Amino acid sequence: MTATDLGEARLRELRQLAIENRRLILRAIHRAKAGHLGGPLSCTDMLIALYFEVLRIDPTRPRWEERDRFVLSKGHSSIALYAAMALRGYLPIDELFTFDAIDSRLQGHPDMTALPGLDMSTGSLGQGLSPGVGMALGARFLGKDFRTWVMVGDGDAQEGQIWEAAMVASRYDLDNLTAILDLNGLQQVGWPTEAGYTARARRPPLDQPRERWEAFGWQVLECDGHEIGAFIGACEEARRIRGRPGVIIAHTVKGKGISFMEGEHVWHAKPITDEELAIGLAELDAQEATLAEAVPG
Amino acid sequence: MSGPAAVVYRTGESYAQRDVFGQTLLELVEEDPRVVVLDGDLANSTRSEIVAKARPDRFFMMGIAEQNMAGVAAGMATLGLIPWCVSFACFIANRDLDQLRVVVAQPRLNVKLAGGYSGLLTGKSGKTHQDVSDIATLRAMPNMIVIAPADAVEVAAAMRAANAHDGPVYVRLTRDASPTIFGPDYRFEIGRAVIVREGNDVTIISTGVQTIRALEAADLLAAEGIGAHVLHVPTVKPLDTDAVAAAAQRTGRVVTAEDHTIIGGLGAAVAETLGELAPTPMRRVGIRDTFGESAPNDELLEKYGLTPRHVAEAAREVLRAGDQERGAASRGRP
Ligand SMILES: Cc1ncc(C[n+]2csc(CCOP(=O)(O)OP(=O)(O)O)c2C)c(N)n1
Repeated sequence: MTATDLGEARLRELRQLAIENRRLILRAIHRAKAGHLGGPLSCTDMLIALYFEVLRIDPTRPRWEERDRFVLSKGHSSIALYAAMALRGYLPIDELFTFDAIDSRLQGHPDMTALPGLDMSTGSLGQGLSPGVGMALGARFLGKDFRTWVMVGDGDAQEGQIWEAAMVASRYDLDNLTAILDLNGLQQVGWPTEAGYTARARRPPLDQPRERWEAFGWQVLECDGHEIGAFIGACEEARRIRGRPGVIIAHTVKGKGISFMEGEHVWHAKPITDEELAIGLAELDAQEATLAEAVPG
Repeated sequence: MSGPAAVVYRTGESYAQRDVFGQTLLELVEEDPRVVVLDGDLANSTRSEIVAKARPDRFFMMGIAEQNMAGVAAGMATLGLIPWCVSFACFIANRDLDQLRVVVAQPRLNVKLAGGYSGLLTGKSGKTHQDVSDIATLRAMPNMIVIAPADAVEVAAAMRAANAHDGPVYVRLTRDASPTIFGPDYRFEIGRAVIVREGNDVTIISTGVQTIRALEAADLLAAEGIGAHVLHVPTVKPLDTDAVAAAAQRTGRVVTAEDHTIIGGLGAAVAETLGELAPTPMRRVGIRDTFGESAPNDELLEKYGLTPRHVAEAAREVLRAGDQERGAASRGRP
């Protein structure tokens, strides 16, 4: 499927939802005075695409046995997931403002015992792909046709366990498993470039992701992780892979959508001031206006 | 129930725990369609290969990748399956500890962990393969149940109970043969300790195969006219605190015995309990904050102080000390 197959109107709706998701992320983190921003903004467009177009899900039945499974291995981006789930109807939008508060179902990192609709608890990096392998292997064993999707961060994939899971997934030819690599090139601190540590530039060790995943027996697809149509197209292509697992390497920008956060590693996790919130929301309003202007006729 | 009938283990006869484990695992696979077995490339040692051979459709080789194995098990458990992860105790309680914490214990998923070759007696493989702290490590983890069975009958019964329990359970197993002390009508219950010998002079509280040696220690003491009361504690967590306190109060002196470090294991659990419920003079027999080495079993037990003779000596010592403490207490009275 390509962007045109989906229809311009629908794509615009999804882009609009992504803008709304970013608004909710900023406001929830502002209210919580804690949490991550860069990573959630990086994966927002993909989460909207997944929750509104790609995943076979029913928000009124979060425990539906035939649902596609989704695991956010980069669990620190939880607020982006909660916001997408709220927009999709899994929880009230207002509940997003309980993020990180005592007794909230919206824990700092996804807690599957707290919020129905979360398919796995994550937060300790490197752990999400293995339960995805278990779900895919279990689905085959039980004769179920749902697909398991796991979103992995590039920092997340520095953990050896990701590669244990990658090895086992391809050993079992798990073509009902799709990994999505949110490749924004930044992590929390990371490695300096030759110029040392600067605000934006880092030199990650995972500089050949395609070759790595291919070497582990995975079929590799690549796309721009902010082009919702292209990403949905890649997901559809991933569904058609036979005989081995597939990974979508999604090229992304950490902090995407808020100019002063884009590519700035300090915005990995940082409370946002009233003033910064106002600037950020104004930028999102402007993006929304541009989107509306683009409507033909 | 389809498949092979459950094997009956005869009292007094010796069976290797790992053989009983493999056989019982196969019985569970045949009886319960939810059971699947994940192995960390040790199936021939742990005997999970009994399942691999008889029911390859229910056996999943996970390779030498224990962290992934724990995560795969968690994922399968979310689908209603009951995965049994099998490896050596040293690997399953250590290499994937963070995975057990985050994707097994925190979400309380229905994953069973079988740690073979626990303690010092690992077939001469030495300190890398001897887990002397797995009870301590996993006992400290919320939501985790820790069971160390004593003999063949109890291994089979504990595995059935673990499988019937909805939540994570660690079953601590040993490699070699030990005599069967429980009869065919023995009823195992998670969280219940059992009196395996009655006496009124000193209480021995033990877990796992060390209970067999505790009973031999009780024989040695009986020859000297000392009556040992032996409480076997297969479930180290949740601990049967009532039974522990009652056994301590019965004689007023306690010795604990385990093939495990005295830090954080059964001895520590008993000391914590008695400290709150029934302060009692006690001695802990176990590995004394050290790693092991490769050697024949009897030499290891001797060097690290785990033989029946060591348990009996600790009992005599606590009896002497108890007398002194009692004497001091009575002298202090007005
Ligand atoms: C095992 C582990 N080590 C360290 C952390 C702390 N931590 C949280 S997010 C992060 C960086 C993650 O980078 P990446 O996966 O690339 O995510 P993104 O850049 O998209 O936010 C680190 C180091 C953690 N959560 N887990």
